[in-house]
Amino acid sequence: MSELPEKGPETLFDLKEMELNFGPQHPSTHGVLRLKLKVDGERVLDCYPIIGYLHRGTEKLFELHPYFQNVPHTDRMDYVAAATNNLAYCGAVEKLCGLVTPPRARYIRTILCELQRISSHLLWLATHAIDIGAMTPFFYCFRERELILDLFEEYCGARLTLNCMRPGGQPHDLPLGWTDRCLEFVESFPAHVDEYEGLLTNNRIWKTRTIGIGVLPPELALDYGISGPMLRGSGVDWDLRKARPYEAYDEVEFDVPLGKNGDTYDRYLVRMAEMRQSGRIIKQCIDKLPEGPIMAKKPRVLKAPKDCEVYFSIEGPKGEIGFYIVGDGTTNPYRCHVRAPSFINLQALPDLVRNHLLADLVAIIGTTDIVLGEVDR
Amino acid sequence: MGLSEASEANILTTTYDKVFNWARRSAVWPMQFGLACCAIEMMAVIDPRHDMSRFGAEVFRASPRQSDLMLVAGTVTEKMAPIIRRLWDQMPDPKWCLAMGACATCGGPYRTYAVTQGVDRIVPVDVYVPGCPPRPEALLWGLMHLQRKIDRMTIRNPAQPTSRVVA
Amino acid sequence: MSEKDPEEAAKPAAEAGAEKGVEAKPPWLENPVVPEWIDAGEDELVLALRDSCPDAVSSAHSLEGDLSLVVTREGALAVASSLKEDLGFRYFVDAAGADYPDREERFEVVYHVYNIDTQRRVRFKIATGEEVAVPSLTGVWRGANWPEREAYDMYGILFEGHPDLTRILLWEGFNGYPLRKEFPVEGIDTGAAIYPEYYGPEQGPISGVGTGWMVPKPPEPVVEAAESDEVGAGEGEGEGEGESSA
Repeated sequence: MSELPEKGPETLFDLKEMELNFGPQHPSTHGVLRLKLKVDGERVLDCYPIIGYLHRGTEKLFELHPYFQNVPHTDRMDYVAAATNNLAYCGAVEKLCGLVTPPRARYIRTILCELQRISSHLLWLATHAIDIGAMTPFFYCFRERELILDLFEEYCGARLTLNCMRPGGQPHDLPLGWTDRCLEFVESFPAHVDEYEGLLTNNRIWKTRTIGIGVLPPELALDYGISGPMLRGSGVDWDLRKARPYEAYDEVEFDVPLGKNGDTYDRYLVRMAEMRQSGRIIKQCIDKLPEGPIMAKKPRVLKAPKDCEVYFSIEGPKGEIGFYIVGDGTTNPYRCHVRAPSFINLQALPDLVRNHLLADLVAIIGTTDIVLGEVDR
Repeated sequence: MGLSEASEANILTTTYDKVFNWARRSAVWPMQFGLACCAIEMMAVIDPRHDMSRFGAEVFRASPRQSDLMLVAGTVTEKMAPIIRRLWDQMPDPKWCLAMGACATCGGPYRTYAVTQGVDRIVPVDVYVPGCPPRPEALLWGLMHLQRKIDRMTIRNPAQPTSRVVA
Repeated sequence: MSEKDPEEAAKPAAEAGAEKGVEAKPPWLENPVVPEWIDAGEDELVLALRDSCPDAVSSAHSLEGDLSLVVTREGALAVASSLKEDLGFRYFVDAAGADYPDREERFEVVYHVYNIDTQRRVRFKIATGEEVAVPSLTGVWRGANWPEREAYDMYGILFEGHPDLTRILLWEGFNGYPLRKEFPVEGIDTGAAIYPEYYGPEQGPISGVGTGWMVPKPPEPVVEAAESDEVGAGEGEGEGEGESSA
């Protein structure tokens, strides 16, 4: 013992920096994300994300299947928001082949996408809250999420991997009484959002854990190409539903909630407000739901024109999900690239976590709302 | 242990079996370890509607060293495979593995350069649950089958339960 | 202009059709009209770019309102910074690779950027060969970092000046570039040593035939070496040597 002071505390604790592996099996990484961290005690000095643990070769598979057979693959990329993935893909194919969707299909798609946005945000809130230490929101959120999944199940038979859209329109019409049940849910939903907010929004622990954590300045966000609630949390008014409207979004009224400071708390508020807005959109869509066909006239075998390329993107729950498709005159896409919002958003993680505590890292991963299926594809 | 060497079933071993199996069956602790889409349904299983705790398996442990059951929920890629094997090796005996969904069972729709064609290539699987992804009820079904399988364990032959039979 | 150009164009027609009866069918009942490339050489954006960096833009076309430029490798950086600094395309969207084996320079990197004030999106493409590096645009838009790494990972496209050009989705040592057209979807095997302690030197995960999995042997106790001395058996000796060297 007497030798220790001789070394002196400053040399004894000379080891300032330590490398720490976070994941790929970690309850808070939302899948199989791996982070190589450089920590000084509890402080994160640097972070290097290592991804690809769920790389399944989806983009290669896209090239091997006909256009309409690729829809199920899009389900499994962002598996908590299958409907928006379907829409982005189908929209791209429609743009490529010049298909025009009938209005009823457009409205049904809008309803499905907004339901999906709510369910995705609910899942985000549940996991984010668990990461930060609140268990109860998980049960609340999943309670309502199941109601949405019931609606999906009634429409297309699946809970997660919906496969509920086709290039050109919708595969089937809404079941009898579906709109009533949907309205019933939408009308009861704001009260539930109040419930979550009652648990969290003014909760002192929640606020201490999220305010000022992971601040993302708007200029940096644009530079990185961050999209979705992450971008809007930083106060940038950019929502593809408003900026480049698709489907029925230019025929309904809704607000785009914006944050001010770009921290975790603001992003939380933005997503909570988005859920309320989604309810508003669904209600209007059901009111306006036109009658008519749900599928456009299209050739039996869908072939893209030669040498033509399109990029089509929509506002998914995580951000801008886009498909860049190159057609070569055959039934299969020549190249189909996915602009995955989680992939792009995750890039900013090192800049967000620098000089935060290890516990805040978990909060920041939660607030970026990544889905590894989409990051790795 | 002398008991485990007993070749025949007798009143001692069968009574012990009953107690051990009851204990093991009633508190299967799964590892909190999601890979892909199926992990979302795995989370749905612990939600209020499906409530896996009715079957004694709601205690998800984040550490492999505290868990009995590895729920392989999702696509196993080649990059992930060694890690899954390492996690499996870290779990204490007796342990079970449940392959959830088409990807974990056989690679599912992904017959590509990056995907392991079934987790049974790297770890022994006790129960396969079909589906893409399986419904939470299907996962509960798989768990109940696993429990039935645990019920057939005997301390006379502790190495037996890793045989690859769908119960 | 907007994403739903065809729909918007279609809507008045549909309404008119509803009013007049059967005269005009709504567009979703017509045969689809395949979009055509339009020459966009007169677009003000293209003119501005040709002004600021002459010879960099080799062609400009638009399809369904999406402007698509082909940019030379040499002029890529100038075009990118001109787009960002002068023309307000501050918002990075995406970069992707593409493979056209029939062409002289087989690869193409495709960038998409937004101007969030005018809500305009521009696509520009840079052609490159297998050995030729493209200037990396990470210096212009930070967001280009990972997508460019992905293009490198999937196609082997080289980027000059990229801060960290390593494999991103696959592991270091993966044989081949999976999104190239000649790459078989099942993978071509080999030498993919992700974890040397698990895979032998020539082994690696081979899709479809198992992972070539090898459980690491626990280090054998030192006593073994002494035993092997006594027994002098061939196998024991080899292991004993391995032990002593380790």
